[in-house]
Amino acid sequence: MAARAVRFLLLRGWLLAVLVVAWEVAARRAEDIYFPPPGRIVRTLLDDPALDALAPSLGRLLLGWALAGAVGIAVGVGIGLSRVAYHVLDPVLQFGRAVPPPTLIPLFMVVFGLGTSMQLATIVFGVVWPVLLNTADGVRSVEPVQLDTARAFGIGGAARLRYVVLPAAAPKIFAGLRVALGFALILMVIAELMGSGDGIGARLNAAEREFRPDRLWAGILLLGAVGCVLNGLFLLVERTVLAWHRGARRTRT
Amino acid sequence: MLDITGLSHRYDDGHQAVDDIELSVEGGELVSIVGPSGCGKSTLLRCVAGLQRPSAGRITVGGRAVEGAVPPNLAVVFQDYTRSLFPWLTVRDNVALPLRRHGLGRAERRARAAKALAQVGLDGTGSRYPWQLSGGMQQRVALARALAYRPSLLLMDEPFGSVDAQTREDLEDLLLAVRGGPAGEGGPAGEGGPAGEGGTAKRPPGRMTILLVTHDIDESVYVGDRVVVLTGAPGRVHSDLRVDLPAPRDRVATRGLPEFVRLRAEVGRAVRRP
Ligand SMILES: Nc1ncnc2c1ncn2[C@@H]1O[C@H](COP(=O)(O)OP(=O)(O)OP(=O)(O)O)[C@@H](O)[C@H]1O
Ligand SMILES: [Mg+2]
Repeated sequence: MAARAVRFLLLRGWLLAVLVVAWEVAARRAEDIYFPPPGRIVRTLLDDPALDALAPSLGRLLLGWALAGAVGIAVGVGIGLSRVAYHVLDPVLQFGRAVPPPTLIPLFMVVFGLGTSMQLATIVFGVVWPVLLNTADGVRSVEPVQLDTARAFGIGGAARLRYVVLPAAAPKIFAGLRVALGFALILMVIAELMGSGDGIGARLNAAEREFRPDRLWAGILLLGAVGCVLNGLFLLVERTVLAWHRGARRTRT
Repeated sequence: MLDITGLSHRYDDGHQAVDDIELSVEGGELVSIVGPSGCGKSTLLRCVAGLQRPSAGRITVGGRAVEGAVPPNLAVVFQDYTRSLFPWLTVRDNVALPLRRHGLGRAERRARAAKALAQVGLDGTGSRYPWQLSGGMQQRVALARALAYRPSLLLMDEPFGSVDAQTREDLEDLLLAVRGGPAGEGGPAGEGGPAGEGGTAKRPPGRMTILLVTHDIDESVYVGDRVVVLTGAPGRVHSDLRVDLPAPRDRVATRGLPEFVRLRAEVGRAVRRP
């Protein structure tokens, strides 16, 4: 078991390790102030209050994502269940999705001022679309035989939603949530860069003003790590919740 | 119990699937429906189940017009049984889910599901998922789901198509056993009848009424009280044969009776020479 884990890490991690070492060696040789060696970046990251900036950023990110997820799933189910609503709303939704979310930041700044509300609004508005559209699509494409089964056996209303429609749409909903999580990270940073008192984005702004390339690199590294960890955790949950889906797909003939 | 008059259905693409079908089924009867592939057997069942609104004609179940609404106390074993099971639910939950409607508690639902699974020879598979089972086992799960529901009208679309000959005979006998006592007497359907839509549906006393679609002529005669032969495209009733074989049916003795042999030959002729 442990041996297998080690082998897995070696197999998957060797290229990354080689790259980091090469970077370290090259950066030390070059002694370029703009490109500090990774060892120093990590030290900066740990010494610096950069890690303190993580909590507010992460809080916004997760809150915005969760809000967008809840709204997206709720509205998506409503739209997916009603053919009329889908056809009426589709153009509106396509338009909403097409608007690049960062363009809304100036507007939200005017409306909400600088601060958390503006940042949350940016994240929510930007990431709600993949969840909403995927949910609507998933709800609309439930197997007709499964819907017939539910109808024939009198499974209606909330039970139908909970035991038939939502599980059937879950693979698509999860795909939407995952895309949304990636978007949320991007928008969180952009929103913080454009106006924030705390968070990683604010740190990056400060580092730029104070001319501290090492701190800039530290922020970049931190954001990359956050993205990886969040995605990894999400995949873990998805794998558990959708175990049936993987199994059923593998055995489909 | 079930009255079909002038039933015709034309699909949206203009294809006429069934044409002017007349069929009347007494409460407690088991009617086998045979006919060539594509003659509209599934369409007929879908219309009776209220899943498909026919283009013309009238269907009443227990005196109530179906008209696109599913009659209460009805269970269906779909031809496409693999896809009619929910892959996200375990076998046990697949069987137990429809029982929520009966207002049963969780423990009772599970007990009923376990019993139905045991009846179809699937004890011990309750906590597995449908996709972990073979095709024939999945078909039996679909059957168990319908049996656990204890419907008064059971529609079955080739329910034994994917099982081996031995299991098939077992399931035929099971079907005859669980459909309840002779017509008019309180069968197993009597106990704990479900509160139907709006709580109005009082379960009619007596045995289940069953429509069984099959391609197996032998089976149609062996289990049926009647065999209805449909002819192809569009589907019409070709003949309606009464099966006067003594109950209880026995898989060896019944098949040896001259009457059985005669009926089987007659159904065979009807299917082949429309
Ligand atoms: N959704 C549909 N749209 C258009 N035509 C359909 C549809 N479903 C079935 N049909 C057609 O209606 C006819 C009857 O189909 P049906 O499925 O009722 O036949 P069946 O008797 O059940 O056949 P089988 O024994 O192969 O299951 C066929 O010709 C089929 O092509
Ligand atoms: Mg069919």
